[in-house]
Amino acid sequence: MKYALYKLSTFLMTILLVSLIIFTVFQVLPGNPAQIILGMDADTQQIAQLEKELGLDKSIGERYTSWLSGFLMGDLGDSLKYQQPVLDVLKDRIPVTFSIAIYSILLTICIGIPLGIYIARTDGRWISVFLSMFTQLGIAVPSFWFAFVLILVFGVTFQLFPTFGYVPWSESFIGALRSYFLPSLALAISNIAVVIRYLRNTILDQAKMDYVRTARCKGLREKTIMYGHILRNALMPVLTIMGLIVADTLGGSIIIENVFALPGLGNLLIQSITSRDFPLVQSMVLYIAILVILVNFIVDLLYKLIDPRVRLKG
Amino acid sequence: MKKHNIFKSIPLIIGVSFVTVLTIMMLVSLFYTPYSPNAMDPSDRLAQPSFTHLFGTDNFGRDIFSRVMQGSQTAFLIGFSAVSIGLFFGFLIGACAGYFGGWIDELSMRIIDAMMALPGILFAIMLISVFETGIRNTIIALGIMSIPSFARIVRSGFIQVKQFDFVKASIAKGAGSFRIIFQHILPNVTSPILVAVTLSFSGSVLAEAGLSYLGLGVQPPDPSWGRMLKEAQPFMSTAPWYVILTGLFITFMVLGFNLLSDGIRDLQDKKS
Repeated sequence: MKYALYKLSTFLMTILLVSLIIFTVFQVLPGNPAQIILGMDADTQQIAQLEKELGLDKSIGERYTSWLSGFLMGDLGDSLKYQQPVLDVLKDRIPVTFSIAIYSILLTICIGIPLGIYIARTDGRWISVFLSMFTQLGIAVPSFWFAFVLILVFGVTFQLFPTFGYVPWSESFIGALRSYFLPSLALAISNIAVVIRYLRNTILDQAKMDYVRTARCKGLREKTIMYGHILRNALMPVLTIMGLIVADTLGGSIIIENVFALPGLGNLLIQSITSRDFPLVQSMVLYIAILVILVNFIVDLLYKLIDPRVRLKG
Repeated sequence: MKKHNIFKSIPLIIGVSFVTVLTIMMLVSLFYTPYSPNAMDPSDRLAQPSFTHLFGTDNFGRDIFSRVMQGSQTAFLIGFSAVSIGLFFGFLIGACAGYFGGWIDELSMRIIDAMMALPGILFAIMLISVFETGIRNTIIALGIMSIPSFARIVRSGFIQVKQFDFVKASIAKGAGSFRIIFQHILPNVTSPILVAVTLSFSGSVLAEAGLSYLGLGVQPPDPSWGRMLKEAQPFMSTAPWYVILTGLFITFMVLGFNLLSDGIRDLQDKKS
């Protein structure tokens, strides 16, 4: 309980700090934000109007607290371009990004974990050097370029998957599954490589432990040792990199959505930057950051639940 | 035992050769490219790779190989400058936090944690949305993006080395903080920093490519591999070599530096 409370306090603290960082960044906008947003040829009346809308007549402290408290109450401010609450603009976008993100993380788990186990079990030197190079390649490939290659191979040459846009889940499950496949795979590739490398290392570390030797002496079959003993302990550290993977997936989807012309958060973010819709950008960045912090918080709690040895600061 | 070492060093050898080849290519491009990277030839658009145009030509008839060569300058420039910024400030923060401990440590690490909670690319995008696009601001954004990882590594190195007797001895002798940090502790934390430098270099190259692809990074006429990919995308099915060859160079560079950092880490493990 003490552990959970400590984690909760760091969770809230991090959100507070992140919001402060984001807010500060948008305060250092060179020049008058209203002028920048409206462009050079805006008249003074328009600028004064917008300044009022943005709350520029209030002090910095007031602006920050009203933004953050509004945010936490579900009022993310108003988008300048769409002339409606940010939350309404985001509502249609969120399912798209979530679909790719969750799909991609599932692919990472379903491909990365079995491959990691397989690689840890193959103990040839050539093969392990080769596989290690291959996973390094997976980490090095720019995800959007990998997406191009996927489009060329699966979309253009074999025409197996659609290469842009998407089918909503409500319309056709299989269709949605197919339309989200290429973006999710492109996004997953580097995370798959990370999971393979990480899992292989933890398995090899665990295999040196005394309990494994004991199990072997008891005459247990190698399979039982691997799946019954080693894997239980080796999979747990993988959970800790889940936070990292989620952050990477959400960050990467900003680019991937633009490759496949998917109308998700990332796509909206880039459009809003181009149209200088700062209130929307500011709230979106905080929204994504809170998602990442939240996942990390949940991972911490889960970890404690699975492994009771975890203690505070230790 | 000897055989084992050879296997272990294959990734390092590959890493070093990739980085060397790319460095040579970048240096050569400062003086010579087969064609002028910006020379257009409307009669020779989207030509296939051949002996006249090694990587073919783009939609304006520009020689892709020459543009890739010139793009390597930007990649190196951005990698080098962003890492320098990140290393400088990261070192400053990490060294102070690790050396002085206490509330300085607590405060700076909380801020670093908060920065790390934002996905790196999102952080860079946010900074660029406020400032403007272009090489200089891309460097600043990517530099700031890489501060947290440097700060963390330097900090943990400092905390470790601070416990050693020779450092305690020199504190007891009354040496100043500056002298202890730079003369006694720094030489002992160089290898983890070197690992972080190579990793952060490749991270910056990758992020620059992503930003420029989104149109938020390097702007024309400055050359950039990421921008080239953006320009190549509409011609993906008619001129697939344009997309594939350009992207391969980003991959080579990132892979080269990643393998280099792996190799340095292995050497360091062996030493200890």
